[in-house]
Amino acid sequence: MTSQIEKTRPGDAAAAKPTVPRPEKIESEGGVLNVFSHAFLILWAAMVVLPMLWAFMTSFKTNAEIFTAPWSLPTKLHWENWTGAWTTANFGSYFINSLIVVGGGVVGTMLIGSMAAYVLARFEFPGNRFIYYLFISGMTFPVFLALVPLFFVLKNTGLLASYQGLILVYIGYSLPFTVFFLTAFFRTLPTSIAEAALIDGCGHAGVFFKIMLPLARPGLISIGIFNVLGQWNQYLLPLVLNSDKDKFVLTQGLADLAVNQGYAGNWGQLFAGLMIATIPVLVVYIVFQRQVQAGMTAGAVK
Amino acid sequence: MRHGKYRFIVSFLALPVAIYLVFVIWPYVQAIGLSLTDWSGLTPTQNFVGLANYVRLVQDPLFWISLWHNIILLIVLPLVTLALGLFFAFMINVGGKKRKNVTIAGVRGSKFYQVVYFFPQVLSITVIAVLWQFIYNPNSGALNSALRAVGLDANIGWLSDSRLALTSIIVVMVWWQVGFYVVLFSAGMSAIPSDIYEAVLIDGANRFTTFFRITFPLMWDTIQTGWVYLGIVAMDGFAIVQIMTVGPGGPDNSTTVVPFYLWDSAFNHGQAAYGTAMGVAMLIVTLLFAVLTLRFSRRERIEF
Repeated sequence: MTSQIEKTRPGDAAAAKPTVPRPEKIESEGGVLNVFSHAFLILWAAMVVLPMLWAFMTSFKTNAEIFTAPWSLPTKLHWENWTGAWTTANFGSYFINSLIVVGGGVVGTMLIGSMAAYVLARFEFPGNRFIYYLFISGMTFPVFLALVPLFFVLKNTGLLASYQGLILVYIGYSLPFTVFFLTAFFRTLPTSIAEAALIDGCGHAGVFFKIMLPLARPGLISIGIFNVLGQWNQYLLPLVLNSDKDKFVLTQGLADLAVNQGYAGNWGQLFAGLMIATIPVLVVYIVFQRQVQAGMTAGAVK
Repeated sequence: MRHGKYRFIVSFLALPVAIYLVFVIWPYVQAIGLSLTDWSGLTPTQNFVGLANYVRLVQDPLFWISLWHNIILLIVLPLVTLALGLFFAFMINVGGKKRKNVTIAGVRGSKFYQVVYFFPQVLSITVIAVLWQFIYNPNSGALNSALRAVGLDANIGWLSDSRLALTSIIVVMVWWQVGFYVVLFSAGMSAIPSDIYEAVLIDGANRFTTFFRITFPLMWDTIQTGWVYLGIVAMDGFAIVQIMTVGPGGPDNSTTVVPFYLWDSAFNHGQAAYGTAMGVAMLIVTLLFAVLTLRFSRRERIEF
């Protein structure tokens, strides 16, 4: 390899400094660059991992330990922070509220979104393009623009601070990307099986549920994980639409505790709450790490 | 059969379209009209006041301060995040030593880096804001105490010093976003045929040349997409400011952003219509950003 480089050197326009032998220069340059680059890669990995480890560690410490020795290991594992976070700081009920809202939101989004996407991808009818672009347009507007009117839509329909209201809003704001993604996906599926089933007397709905949905499973998993993470991590919508403390979702409860209780609060408990909000996401990410990365970057690559 | 088809289409579209119209489209449409009234959000009456809210907006110094912070984010966040993302992706995919039979490879442990770097991206922005609020804590926060551990007399108020607060926030946003672009650019880089790299290596190109002459121009479309995505993130910043900062929005309004000012006006100060006008102004800035991005990138493309 090096000999080839040497041979081609006279033709290299960049060899403006003939006194320095080119191959050596490459090597030393590579060496310094390598050390620097590797150090930087490791540094950034540490910047991601250390804060999380620190938070995990802190969730087992007493307030006194946290204040006097922020970086040292806990002298004893204070599990009472975790149980206290779950019961007295209400993270248990926030967790269940999140499960209800995200469960309803994701199941609804997937079902309704795939129905709309299937019809838009596979059937020709007047207004098809109009409805499609109506859905897509939702990706371009900032949510903040709709915030105030949305609050009053929910207020007037009596859905403010209710599970149903949050679920419907989550579905509504997840539809644009879900429909966009799944429409493209349904277009790629083969038509022959569906046609055969139709001839055999299967109805359109039967074809959809028995044939097309199972075929679309890879696409459904990608967009499903995307929606689970997106809705689990949602903060702005519940903050505005869900002021009832009993119905707080995890992100809301965590922010409320951090902002209102501030430095006066029980730090260990707050960090335990932070970990309770993080661990489900961490597990999903570690198990489905490739699908998560693919699903979340899918919109940008296409 | 034909009849059955239309009944099927209607039955499948009715629910999604209805939910979407009521909770998404209708609020967006209403926003424009609402911004032309004097509605506080508390009173039953809405009087048409024309462009009064917009006139007030133009004269409101706090609005301009907030918008200025979003514009700083709009410039700094993409520049730093994309540069880091490109560098890391290049190291992970191309930067490794040459091994037998493989000319182009990533550094050792590149798989590990790609998994770890992406992790903040899946975290809730709330978790990130709360976590970093404690990292930045002047007394017992992770950052200052780590600095003290290496012998520095660190007593820095990362969020309470008005000269540092916005920078501290930008650091968190970069920390949050970089992993996404490492993965995105990795996908783009692995799509570049390796014979191109082999050819320039034989011609004696070093890594700098390889990056700037080959990778960068071939990745231009992906970088452009990344810029637009980061623009959307930069126009937000709500959760971080609302949870992390002093005040919030402070100290001395040094970290307030338009979405935060909007939310604060509409829901804490009974100025629903005024807040909505800010939403419309934000939409205009976003569209302006999109147009400028497209023009800027078109000029760049001719260069290569």
